[in-house]
Amino acid sequence: MSDKHVGQPLLRKEDPRLLRGDGRYLDDLGRTALAAAFVRSPVAHARVTDIDVSEALDVEGLVAIYTYEDLPDRIAEPLPLLIPHPDLTHARTPHCLANGEVNHVGEAVVMVVATDRYIAEDAAERILVSYDELPPVVGIDRARAAERLVHDGVPGNVAAHSVQTNNHGDAHEAIAAAPHRLTLDLAIERSASMPMEGKGVLAHWDADDRTLRVHSSTQTSTSVRLAVAAKLGLPPDRVEVITPDVGGGFGVKIVHPWPEEILVPWAAIKLGRDVKWVEDRREHFISAAHERGQQQRVEVGFDGSGRLHGLSVEIWHDNGAYVPYGIIVPIVTSTQLLGPYKVGAYRVEFTSLYTNTVIVTPYRGAGRPQGVFAMERTMDAIAEYLGMDRLAVREVNLIQPEEMPYDQGLVFQDGRPLIYDTGDYPTMMRMIRDLVGWDGFEAERQAAAAEGRRIGIGVAAYVEGTGMGPYEGAHVKVETTGEVVVSTGLTTQGQGHYTTLAQIAADVLGVAIVDVTVITGDTRRFKYAVGTFASRAIVTSGNAVAVAAGKVAEKAKRIAAAALGEGVEAEQLELVDGLVRRRDDHDVSIDLRTVAVLSNPLRYAFDEAAKAATQFAAAANTGDEPGLEATGYYMPERSTFAAGAHGVVIETDPETADIKILRYCVVHDCGVVVNPRIVEGQVHGGVAQGVGGALYERIVYDEAGQLVNASYMDFLIPFSTEVPRIQTAHMVTASGLNPLGLKGAGEAGVIPTSAAVASAIEDAEGLAVRRMPISPSELYELRKGRVHA
Amino acid sequence: MSEQRHQVTVTVNGVTRRAEVPARRLLADYLRMDLGLTGTHLGCEHGVCGACTVLLDGAPVRSCLIFAVSADGHELTTVEGCCETGGALGPVQQAFLECHGLQCGFCTPGFITTITAYLEENPKPTEEEAREAIGGNLCRCTGYQNIVAAVLRAAEIKRERETPHE
Repeated sequence: MSDKHVGQPLLRKEDPRLLRGDGRYLDDLGRTALAAAFVRSPVAHARVTDIDVSEALDVEGLVAIYTYEDLPDRIAEPLPLLIPHPDLTHARTPHCLANGEVNHVGEAVVMVVATDRYIAEDAAERILVSYDELPPVVGIDRARAAERLVHDGVPGNVAAHSVQTNNHGDAHEAIAAAPHRLTLDLAIERSASMPMEGKGVLAHWDADDRTLRVHSSTQTSTSVRLAVAAKLGLPPDRVEVITPDVGGGFGVKIVHPWPEEILVPWAAIKLGRDVKWVEDRREHFISAAHERGQQQRVEVGFDGSGRLHGLSVEIWHDNGAYVPYGIIVPIVTSTQLLGPYKVGAYRVEFTSLYTNTVIVTPYRGAGRPQGVFAMERTMDAIAEYLGMDRLAVREVNLIQPEEMPYDQGLVFQDGRPLIYDTGDYPTMMRMIRDLVGWDGFEAERQAAAAEGRRIGIGVAAYVEGTGMGPYEGAHVKVETTGEVVVSTGLTTQGQGHYTTLAQIAADVLGVAIVDVTVITGDTRRFKYAVGTFASRAIVTSGNAVAVAAGKVAEKAKRIAAAALGEGVEAEQLELVDGLVRRRDDHDVSIDLRTVAVLSNPLRYAFDEAAKAATQFAAAANTGDEPGLEATGYYMPERSTFAAGAHGVVIETDPETADIKILRYCVVHDCGVVVNPRIVEGQVHGGVAQGVGGALYERIVYDEAGQLVNASYMDFLIPFSTEVPRIQTAHMVTASGLNPLGLKGAGEAGVIPTSAAVASAIEDAEGLAVRRMPISPSELYELRKGRVHA
Repeated sequence: MSEQRHQVTVTVNGVTRRAEVPARRLLADYLRMDLGLTGTHLGCEHGVCGACTVLLDGAPVRSCLIFAVSADGHELTTVEGCCETGGALGPVQQAFLECHGLQCGFCTPGFITTITAYLEENPKPTEEEAREAIGGNLCRCTGYQNIVAAVLRAAEIKRERETPHE
C-alpha cells in the first residue's frame, strides 16, 4: 500500500452516499423551515408605480411580505460590485428588491414568506404590482445603437471600455504593412450554466447564541459569509456559511451575494424562524446569470506562409442589466483569445454594454469559447485565403516549447501578467492530427461522397489560465483514531474534491485513502478561502493540502523521534503505511495514531489510548503546540496555463441540413494529473456543454425583453442521444509554478468546441460559418446564401 | 380557508407509508417533504429532466407530474430502494461508482431508477440501446459517456448477482 495515490484512477469516496440517495443538497435541509417565494418583474424595463398586497393578506399560512420599503439601510443599498476595475467606469449593481425600477424580466420585486412554498406562491400571485413601462434595450445591436438607455446616467449603455496592446508594436500598422489582410465579423449567442440544481438558501438564527447559520448552494461560502455579515451588520464570527452538496455550478453560483442570500437570512432573524428559498427552474432562467453573448470584428495581417504579423480585435460584450461580477468575461476573452499562438502586434478593444436582460457572469469557459472562436475562425480564414492546409497555418504560428515561459505582454484576469509557464503546443497539434485522422481524411471524404454523404473535419486549440490566486488554504489533522481530516475553504459541486484532495494528503502522510476525510465549503471548519471557479480548486487547494499535510508530517516526525527515544532523530524518519518509522530500520516505528495521542499532553486519561499521553507516562515533549494538526496555504504567483486541442468530424445532410457529429477527439494537457478518471470525466462533461453551445443551446429574448425559451422544453440541453462518444489523449507538461506541478482541468472541455464544430461544418459545406450556435435550419438558410440570423 | 387534506397511503421501497396532504401536493414533494425521502430530486418541475423519476408499480414516472393522491394505494420505488437488502449498493448504483457515472450527483437518482426498470425489460443491452435507454434524462456534468458504460456494467453485475453460487 506504499504506492502513491496521486496519479491513480481511484474510485470516488463521495459516490456511495450520493448513489444511495443520501446526498444533502440544499432543499434536503430545513424541512420545517418557512418558505420564501418572490414576485418577479414580468416586464424588461419599467418604473414600479404601486404594489398592492391586500389580496394576499388573507391567504392562510402567509407569514410576511416584504418590499423595498421594508429594507433597512445596508440591505436597501445596491449589492456590492465584487470585482472593481479602472475601465469599469459606469458600474451598476442590482438591489435586493427593486428600488422603484426594474431592468430585466425576473428581477425580484416582492418577497413573500409562508408556511410552505405552495402557500408562498399562492400569496405571491395575489400581489398586484403596477408598472410604468419604459422602452427596453435588448440585444447587442440595440445596446450599441444607444437610441434607448438601460440606466439613466450611463451614456451609450457603456459600462466599460477597455483597450490592451502587447509589446510587439502597433497592430494597425503591422496589419497595414503585412502582405495579406482579412476582416471577419463574428458572433456568439447567449447561453447559460444551467446546473441541474438551481440556487437555494436556508437560514437559521440562534437568538440565544446570537449566531446566524446560512446554508447556500454557492461556489464560495467564505465570501458569502463576509457579504452576509457586512449587509446584516453582524460580526463575521457570528455568521457561519455552509455549502452542502451542490447539484452543479458551472460558474453561475460564484456570483454572490445573490439578493436571496441577503434577504433569506434577514427574514430569518426578523421572524425568529428558519427560512428557506429554493429556486425553481423558471426562476433560474430569468433571474440567475447567463453568459457568452458577444459580437466581434477581427482584422488580421499575415504573410504568404500564414504567419501572423498583426491582429486587431474589437469586441462588443452584452453584460445584461447589471455588472456585479465586473468585466471578467470580456477580459478573459481579450487575453485568452491568443491561444497557443504568437500573433505579432496585438490590439484588443472591448465595449461592455448594458441591456435589459439577466446579468452576464462567467459560465464554464468564462469568455474563452468566444475568444477561441475568434482566433480559430481567423486561422481557417487565412488557410482558405492562401489555399493552405488549416493545421499548417496553425503550426506556423505556434509558440515553441523552448520559448517557455512565454510572456504574451498583456494583463490577465487575475491582474497578473499573461505569462504561459509551460506547454508543448507542437506535440499537442501532432497528437490531435493523429487522433482525429487529419492526414487520411481526404480519402474518407471521397469515400463518403461516393455514397452521397457530406462530411467535414475541423480542429481548434486553446490555452487556459487556471489555478489563479489570491490563495487557498487547508487544515489537516490526524485524529487519535488514525483518521485524517482535511478541511479546505473552497466549495465542491461535483469535481470529486473529497477524493482528489484525499489522494494528495494520503501520499504526504503515508496513510490509506480510506482513512482520509475531506471537508469543503464550511466556514466552521475553515474560514479563509476564495472559491471554486476558473479551474482553480485542485491547483490552489491541492497545493495547500500538500503544504498543511507536510507540516503535519514534520510535526509527527519530531514527536515520534522524542517518543522512540535515544538516538532517533526526526530527519531519519518517514511516514509510511500509517507508521512513523526509521528509513534505515523499519523495526523502529510507532503508529501515526499513537503519535496523534502523544501530540496532545494530557492530565486526564479518558480512554486507553489517552493514557500514553498523561503526565506520569513517558512524555514526548517537543515544545510543539498540542494536536497533530497544521494549517497551510498556497498563494500562486500567477495563473498556470493548461492547453488542449479538439478535432471533430461532422456529417451534414445534403437535403435536410441536419448536423451530426461522427467523431470527437480531445488532446488535453492539465499538467500532473491527480486522478485520471476524474479528469476524463471533467473533459467529457465540458465537451457535452460545448456541443450544446455549438448546436443546440441558446437563450432567446424577444424585442420586448421576454425570455421566450425559459424551460427545458425549449432551451435544448443535449441528451445522451446528442452527445458523441469522446476519444481522449492526455499529455503532461507539469506546471512550473506550483510544487505538485498541477494545472486546472474543470473548464477545458467546453472551450474550443464551437470553434472546432464551426470549422468542420465550413469544411463539409464550403461556406463561411461566422456565428454560433448553428441549427439545421440556419445551415439550410446559409446554403441558400441568406444571412445566418 | 384551509385546504382539504387527503390521506395518501403508498408502499415505498417495500414499506407502507401514509401522510395527509392537500390534493395539489406533487408526488415528488410528498416523497421529499412528507415522507422525508429526499433522494428524489427536482430539476425542472416540468417533466423534462427526469431527475425526479421514480418507479410506480415498477414503471418509471416523473414524480413532478403526478399528484400524490394519484399514487394512493400504489407501489413506489425510489433511489433509496435501489440498494440491496442490507444496504449494499444495488447493481446500477455499483456500476455508477465503478464507471464514474456521476459528478455532482443531483440527476443521478433519476438515472438509477430509470436504468433499474430498463434492465428488467432488457437485461443485456448493446451500447446503442444503453444510450437510447437513458435518452430521457438530463445530466449537465458527465457528458453521458460514463453513464452509458454504467448501464452496460450494471447489466453485468445484475447477471453476476443473479447467478446462483455453486
